[in-house]
Amino acid sequence: MGGLSVAVGVDDLTAWLRRFAAVVHERRDELTALDAAIGDADHGSNLDRGMAAVVAVLDDAPPADVAGLLKKTGATLVSKVGGASGPLYGTLFLRMAGAAGDGDLDDAAVARALRAGLDGVVARGKAEPGDKTMVDALGPACDALDAAVEAGEPLSGALAAAAEAAAEGRDATVPMVARKGRASYLGERSAGHADPGATSVTLLVEAAAATLGRS
Amino acid sequence: MTVGIVVVSHSRALADAAVELARQMLPGRELAVAVAAGTEDGGLGTDAAAVADAIGQADSGDGVVVLMDLGSAVLSAETALEFLDDDVRSRVTLSAAPLVEGLVGAVVVAASGMSRAQVAAEAERGLAPKQAHLS
Repeated sequence: MGGLSVAVGVDDLTAWLRRFAAVVHERRDELTALDAAIGDADHGSNLDRGMAAVVAVLDDAPPADVAGLLKKTGATLVSKVGGASGPLYGTLFLRMAGAAGDGDLDDAAVARALRAGLDGVVARGKAEPGDKTMVDALGPACDALDAAVEAGEPLSGALAAAAEAAAEGRDATVPMVARKGRASYLGERSAGHADPGATSVTLLVEAAAATLGRS
Repeated sequence: MTVGIVVVSHSRALADAAVELARQMLPGRELAVAVAAGTEDGGLGTDAAAVADAIGQADSGDGVVVLMDLGSAVLSAETALEFLDDDVRSRVTLSAAPLVEGLVGAVVVAASGMSRAQVAAEAERGLAPKQAHLS
């Protein structure tokens, strides 16, 4: 144990969400193409619409504290995304808000919050590892983040490890056969493509690695 | 008072058409059916906040049965429950019934003043006539 913990505050989370929104916008066609291969072809456009709405909230009425910011983000995504990623991403952020407590987050609190988000996604989607969903990337990311924070790694390094684990988890979804969501209707035909949700949630963790714990 | 019914669909047109079809069963009568369907801009999708609002509209105190089409409609309905007060949530049943068949059965039973459990059971039996006919 040992590295000095860096407090993550509203400005840091705002930078994270803005970066995620920008990356989703940039890669929206790629996400939609993945979803066209195994689903209903709206993941990129839906998430882009949701994150654009989140950015609008950050511009117009930025919440003053960490929990409020996460809660507002979750509620906005729930309302604006439209597809299954709305309730799933919305629940991720709402549960993070619930776990955040008062004030800024230290390294362990960041890991705890993300884990609470994962638990929320699992509860909402009833997905297990191997179902070819966002859980297959977010689960390994949480495990890597917990381990690195516990080992005393600085948050930036711990999040980098989490992003790497998420990317490996995303890649591991390629050969999987989907058992959840619209992709499950395709059965064996859903194999051969990365899961769109695992792909976008990897972008979310990568955006965290690029923005949090660096001040 | 009667049990309220909420229709959650990806498509506003699909939901409205299903309600219109169900309305034929009870000509001239007001149905306690609320719709939460489609995105704000008229696209395909569901919105948990809109589902929570629709449950509030449909609930006269006797409870609400929620019928959904698929996928995110189900997730949004479950998410909507988190937004409700405990007493309202305790009066809501999310039904596994097929949307169109379930809705037709549910409105008839709801209009006759049956309980939420009876309305939900009737909705879930929605496929039975079709199955019986085709088997």
